[in-house]
Amino acid sequence: MNESAAPEDRPADRGPGEAAARPAGAGWLPALLPAALAAAFAAALPTIAGGGTIRLAADWVPSLGISFSLLLDGLSLTFALLISGIGFFVTLYARTYLAGHAHLGRFTLYLLAFMVAMLGLVLADNLITLFVFWELTTLTSYFLIGFNHASAASRRSALQALLLTGAGGLALLAGMILLGGVAGSFELSEILARGDLIRDHDLYLPILVLVLLGAFTKSAQVPFHFWLPNAMAAPTPVSAYLHSATMVKAGIYLLARMHPALSGTDAWIWSLTLFGAVTALVASVIALRQTDLKLALAYTTVMALGTLTMFLGAEATVAVAAAMTFLVVHSLYKASLFLIVGILDHQAGSRDAERLGGLARAMPITAAAAAAAALSMAGFPPFLGFIGKELKYEGALAIASEPAVVATAAVLANALMVAVAGIVALRPFHGGRPRAPRTPREAPVTLWIGPVVLAGLGLLFGLAPALIADSLIQPAVTAILGRPETVKLALWHGINLPLALSLLTFALGLAVYVGHERLRRGLIRLEAGLPATADQVWDRLLDGLKALAAAQTRLLQSGLLRRYMFITFASVAVAVGVTLAATGAVRLPAAWPELLFKHWASVALIAAGAVMTALSKTRLAAICALGVVGVGVALLFVMFGAPDLAITQLLVETLVVVLVGVVMLRLPSLEQGARRRRGADIVLSVAVGAVVALTLLAVVGAPLDRAVTDYFETASVAQAFGRNIVNVILVDFRALDTFGEVAVVAVAAIGAYALIRGTRRKERP
Amino acid sequence: MNSLILRTATRLLVALMLLFSVYMLLRGHNEPGGGFIGGLLAGIGFALYAIAHGTAAARRALRFEPQAIAMVGLGIALLAGLWAAMFGDPLFTGQWWFVGAGDDDKGLPLSSVLVFDIGVYLVVVGAVLTLVLGLEEEV
Repeated sequence: MNESAAPEDRPADRGPGEAAARPAGAGWLPALLPAALAAAFAAALPTIAGGGTIRLAADWVPSLGISFSLLLDGLSLTFALLISGIGFFVTLYARTYLAGHAHLGRFTLYLLAFMVAMLGLVLADNLITLFVFWELTTLTSYFLIGFNHASAASRRSALQALLLTGAGGLALLAGMILLGGVAGSFELSEILARGDLIRDHDLYLPILVLVLLGAFTKSAQVPFHFWLPNAMAAPTPVSAYLHSATMVKAGIYLLARMHPALSGTDAWIWSLTLFGAVTALVASVIALRQTDLKLALAYTTVMALGTLTMFLGAEATVAVAAAMTFLVVHSLYKASLFLIVGILDHQAGSRDAERLGGLARAMPITAAAAAAAALSMAGFPPFLGFIGKELKYEGALAIASEPAVVATAAVLANALMVAVAGIVALRPFHGGRPRAPRTPREAPVTLWIGPVVLAGLGLLFGLAPALIADSLIQPAVTAILGRPETVKLALWHGINLPLALSLLTFALGLAVYVGHERLRRGLIRLEAGLPATADQVWDRLLDGLKALAAAQTRLLQSGLLRRYMFITFASVAVAVGVTLAATGAVRLPAAWPELLFKHWASVALIAAGAVMTALSKTRLAAICALGVVGVGVALLFVMFGAPDLAITQLLVETLVVVLVGVVMLRLPSLEQGARRRRGADIVLSVAVGAVVALTLLAVVGAPLDRAVTDYFETASVAQAFGRNIVNVILVDFRALDTFGEVAVVAVAAIGAYALIRGTRRKERP
Repeated sequence: MNSLILRTATRLLVALMLLFSVYMLLRGHNEPGGGFIGGLLAGIGFALYAIAHGTAAARRALRFEPQAIAMVGLGIALLAGLWAAMFGDPLFTGQWWFVGAGDDDKGLPLSSVLVFDIGVYLVVVGAVLTLVLGLEEEV
């Protein structure tokens, strides 16, 4: 499906000579940060296992009820340990995988920044804090996916992920603001305690839809699933970290976190179950179709996310326990499998299933890690994956509403996973003579240590499930369901329905594995028959958006200055006029005011100037007539006791005549066309004038509050030793404002000067 | 513009306008006037000079680039404001000295407010002339 976004992070793509630029050594230093964090989180295990929580809070924006509060409970600890633990191995791995890359330092920075953002996200106890970190993960993943910025496919994938998860993030923000309003607090711990209030509220459905949009885009649920495989354009360590173990699980985390507040309604159960089930099935079918190992893994990740969503829709303890166990299982085996695919790429020169085979002899450690991870993925005992799968079946059967649907989806998805596990981890290493584009050699320890430890943990936890049952899974389930729960994990559950389903899964999976090449050809034919893939629909959407933007720009941005001014002034006239009419603010004075002859004379002068401006045949006459209007206004200012204003008006008017004269006189003379358009201009100017006059009447008609005037009249001499109140206000009482204004004047002058000079340079090079 | 009358009259007029602009600046605290009005007057004076004698002559008479004058004015205004902070007052609080003040004479009042107004004056002169000279030369 995503041939266009073929991943381009082959280490061989590096530019020549870049290797020499990087000093050797200290490669492990950045890995210390995740290691220290993981150790710190591990130290909190006893507290959490004992049923306690740890909370830290500091005020951030107290006036908005936003605080920077962190909460460590079972759910966040599980995620935090996965993030920091896998982060450690990935950082270590990346130092070798990208060794000699010119931008390794930048890469490490992005990776660690992402890790911190992700930790903040899972630890946040405040909706706004959570959202900020949510967006930070979106941004950092944008940088990481687009790390090979020279490749167009990388850039496209990065932008796609950014737009899609960013749009989901906006929906989430809206949902969170509604949620905070309904619950009366932005603190998660308080919101989660008010689940009944939220579920009964009229706004419950909008909140649910918005939050689910955020979670589904982030966690790549159908129909938003296509960005995740495209994101495989990122270097393999990024795929292992972001797109399997951590970031895409942010949506899952959100669903789990919001469980006490939002779950239990029909809308919640159905939307999660249906979207999850469809996603799981669609993704596992598409996964079979891939030959690129990384893409196949990517689609199994989508499948895992669908499964997790499906199980989080349930209320039953065992279903939620299944989700949490599977989350741990999946993070462990998927991170190691991604890293192993990276090793294959790095050491054997390809990650195409059809070009690799029989590498176990040359790469024994990698092959062993791959086998362990794949067995956990396929759900064979005694791996943790088996426990996870049994729990899933048990949980599916325990779901009250639609056990058959969920169980069928789970069995089918798991069977396909068995097949994919075989394709990814068995075929490249076993069967026949060694096949690879490059002579395979075993990877250095920094590359294989991660997969070995992570896959080994899958085995260890499978053999001794009590290691995580009490300390992680049980507290996490307690946090998700909002009530104390007991969870026991065991390899052997006795002979029961889940076991029978497991056997059915193995049989189905084996059959698919044997026939997968024929199946793949069939799927490719099927895909060719589809009208469009989701990825293509996305492209069409974006193209449509760009066409719309271009069309409206052509419509609104004519480039004609006079049209802009016309629209601007017309908008002012209409907006202000409508407001005045709607509010009824205009009160015409009851009696005609007493006016002297000099007042009438000034008004006549202004009116004559305005008419002259409108009718004059040459620009010079129009400019001078406009100056007459200004002088008339200045005269009015003098008569009504505002000498400062009058002087300023007069001077500014003089300057305007000079400046406009300088500019306008160089323009061609007023031609016929301009005069024809004059009618509309006159109508508009009369309208604007009328609206301004009415506004002034409304202002004058309102009672005048003299408190400020009185204050300045008494304080001017006493405090500022000046009798000219206007100037005292300008330079003393409101000096900061004046400073801002003169700064604007200076900057505007220099900006205008730059523009004037700029036009000259273009015209006379 | 090549006009002998305008050029001759301008010499006298510009000198008067510049003198008057300083007068307006200084009297502004008690009578109509102030830095803004003074700056506009001075700017118009130089604009008149530029029209009569050409922009090159106006720039020579000005001695400094108008942009530099505006920026120096902005700096002076800022310093006048910061001056108050040196005495622990809020920014832009006026500071006054009455030089030679006696019992029946309040002396010569000097203040940071006046310095601030001089800054405003220079900004306005600089900004107006940046535009006027720039437009005259380029358009």
